[in-house]
Amino acid sequence: MELRGITKRFPGVVANHDIDITVRRGTVHALVGENGAGKSTLMKILYGMQKPDEGTIAVDGEQVSFHNPGDAIARGIGMVHQHFMLADYLTVLENVVLGSEKLHGIGDRARARIKEISDSYGLGVRPDAMVEDLGVADRQRVEILKVLYRGARTLILDEPTAVLVPQEVDALFDNLRELKAEGLTVIFISHKLGEVLSVADEITVIRRGTTVGTADPKRTTTKQLAELMVGSELPSPETRESTVTDVPMLTVDGLRLSATDPDGVVRSVLDGIGFTIHKGEVLGIAGVEGNGQSELVDAIMGMRHLDAGVLTLDGDDISRTPTRKRREGGMGVIPEDRHRHGLLLEAPLWENRILGHVTERPNSKGAFLDLKGARADTERIVREYDVRTPGIDVTAASLSGGNQQKLIVGREMSHAPKLLIAAHPTRGVDVGAQAQIWDQIREARREGLAVLLISADLDELIGLSDTLRVMYRGRLVADADPATITPEELGSAMTGAATGHLEAPDESPAPKDTAPESAESTDTDPRNGGEDR
Amino acid sequence: MKKIDKERLLLGIAAPVLAIVVAFLVTALVLAATGKEPFSAFGIMFDYGLKSDSQVYILNKATTYYLAGLAVAVGFRMNLFNIGVDGQYRLAAFFAAAVGGALTLPGALQIPLIILTAVIVGAMWAGIAGVLKVTRGVSEVVSTIMLNAIATAIIGYLLQQGRLGHLDEAGTKISTKPIPESSHFFEFPTTPSPVWGFIVVAVVAGVAYWFTLSRTRFGFDLRTVGQSGSAAEASGVDVKKMVITSMLISGAVAGLIGMPTLLNDSYEYSGDFPVGIGFTGIAIALLGRNHPIGIALGALLWGFLERGTGKLEFEGYDKEIVGVIQGVIVLCVVIAYEVVRRYGLKRQQSKVGAELAAQAARNNDQQEVSA
Repeated sequence: MELRGITKRFPGVVANHDIDITVRRGTVHALVGENGAGKSTLMKILYGMQKPDEGTIAVDGEQVSFHNPGDAIARGIGMVHQHFMLADYLTVLENVVLGSEKLHGIGDRARARIKEISDSYGLGVRPDAMVEDLGVADRQRVEILKVLYRGARTLILDEPTAVLVPQEVDALFDNLRELKAEGLTVIFISHKLGEVLSVADEITVIRRGTTVGTADPKRTTTKQLAELMVGSELPSPETRESTVTDVPMLTVDGLRLSATDPDGVVRSVLDGIGFTIHKGEVLGIAGVEGNGQSELVDAIMGMRHLDAGVLTLDGDDISRTPTRKRREGGMGVIPEDRHRHGLLLEAPLWENRILGHVTERPNSKGAFLDLKGARADTERIVREYDVRTPGIDVTAASLSGGNQQKLIVGREMSHAPKLLIAAHPTRGVDVGAQAQIWDQIREARREGLAVLLISADLDELIGLSDTLRVMYRGRLVADADPATITPEELGSAMTGAATGHLEAPDESPAPKDTAPESAESTDTDPRNGGEDR
Repeated sequence: MKKIDKERLLLGIAAPVLAIVVAFLVTALVLAATGKEPFSAFGIMFDYGLKSDSQVYILNKATTYYLAGLAVAVGFRMNLFNIGVDGQYRLAAFFAAAVGGALTLPGALQIPLIILTAVIVGAMWAGIAGVLKVTRGVSEVVSTIMLNAIATAIIGYLLQQGRLGHLDEAGTKISTKPIPESSHFFEFPTTPSPVWGFIVVAVVAGVAYWFTLSRTRFGFDLRTVGQSGSAAEASGVDVKKMVITSMLISGAVAGLIGMPTLLNDSYEYSGDFPVGIGFTGIAIALLGRNHPIGIALGALLWGFLERGTGKLEFEGYDKEIVGVIQGVIVLCVVIAYEVVRRYGLKRQQSKVGAELAAQAARNNDQQEVSA
């Protein structure tokens, strides 16, 4: 497959220009670039979701033009999206045949075909399992199978490892190698350089919407690749000196939360959660998404009613305090889903600056809004936090993700929080903004802020945190010292394979049922010591 | 940024104007299809609609419609669809009329008392839907429709002799006891007929609506819930309490709808008390974009259309034509707003992108590329 001179302009922005890529058949070709570099746009063009303004695409030497994904599939190009598109309450078989009933029917012929594909590429997919019972990695394999079932010979995988823990990533890479061995082509989009180097045969780097170079994974280091990608030195989340004090800011004790699932069954989503965050401490929670992290944030913010447990913020019991009081009391929140929980997308920036802090100065005086104060302070946030916007009257929706996030960080930091809940603070944010957000968290921490950090980016977690906890199925199953832990060890704890205190790789982990309480008592690290007690 | 503001205003006006123009075009087609000459019909409407007695009529009608539009708009700003404004105002007007007829206090005392009764009854009736929504998850659309029917039944039951009903001297009409003259609302002595004094209350309500929504913390919370329930909750708004509060306010304003008629015109509640104004309010709130001035223009337009088409009947046209115009306007408005809203958002997005790209090019700074 060859791409020549691809250019795509959106009004006012050039998302892609002069992209040249050659992908050889039977290889894994990685496409790397930081968030916002234009990878996704390029993929949409390749998959027929958008049309390039200039340039040509050739498949097997033949020039093609795609008007919709159907055209791309007809040419043997299939896409595995970052967000899975599966129906939970259907079986794998039903999900696979959905929309392609004409290929092999919907019965035994389809089942046989699925088994055949699954076996020949080592996917291990069970056609009659319900999708809702499958884990993330299995769902991903179903997505891959779906694409293969439709006859794809070239697979585009958009950030396939973002949702996986390291062990699952290895398994995925084995699958990709199988595909390659069978003569299929894989285009692999990622910004995780280590992974790219281990799986790709060829690498193309995209920066600011254009291809800036290719690299041979055998002769390139992650550092060289990173510099090619960013155009300069890569920022690191590392925190050097410790600012942890022994003054507890947030104490969570015996927290239990249950929820009713769609079938009416009540199950606990959080159980026996206990930890303390001190002034100047960043507590990182690692875990595969969906293991109770969002619920933990909701519980601390007061958006869910606790079934048991006590929350103490700066000496005050806030277990029953409403959300607004908690936020007034010094709780800052960078929400996981900024569009749903952090912004009013169709409201201007200055109204977004008021959101969540309407009762506080400079946003209001008494019962009345202080429009002048809020607007002036929005201008300040835009300036100090480098929010790239032509003004404060534009809607939040018109800013890029990174700038929306900078506005949120600026807003939350402007009310001198005692505790900052940062859920995936740099997700979908470009490298420049990422470094800024890290700096701001570090700075605030130096001034005595306590931070609860939840992230799927293990490097970010290890780099920023003073203490690490691992969450698995609603429990804190392990803790670790970020100074010594490696992403691999952390990843294995995230799958529930290791529990207790993760010290060194050769130490045998504590038995599962004693975690987390007993793990703390054996904790000898001075920085972790005394925590919880 | 002044530019974007101006543009937003322009886009805001574009939608209703577009809708009205399209509505008149469609109406012209309908008239032509029935074999009538459309433009002379419009001529008659405008000629007659702008006469001085028509102006008074339109202002009086618009007073009622304006309050109805506000009542609905309060819900809309919260993302609540209070279809029950109709039942709320009728029940409120009925009880207010009953209270007014039963007492003979000095006007300065009795008029506020009558209005207060209406406001409380309206709020309570709407509050039922609010409570049902937050405690049992009943959609306010369903419950308020049901409450409309129940309100009709309650009025029907109570408006009988021996209960709250009162047979007039001729023995032909049953109504609540007439409100004493001392408790009639003041009028502006215009010619040929007076303008109802209640228009002042409507204006005050409009100003209060504007101020509360755009200048108070409470209004901000209310708008936040309307724009994004999840963001509101995360920001600390008690969404359940807000649902009940806004239903109460919507119902309270709905309680005022019947007051201009009751205190300035009929002075009693009988079988011919105007019905269906709650639904008119929905159309007017949509037309006015929930904006206090927009609603006023919508209310005036509605009054004008009714007046103008009333005359058409005498000229040999079908009076149903007003229904066609109104219906088409509402339909066009809903479509036009959505089209204009999306266009505006997209346009702004690309504009911001363009300005930033230009900035970035100037500074040769890191450029944000929308991916």
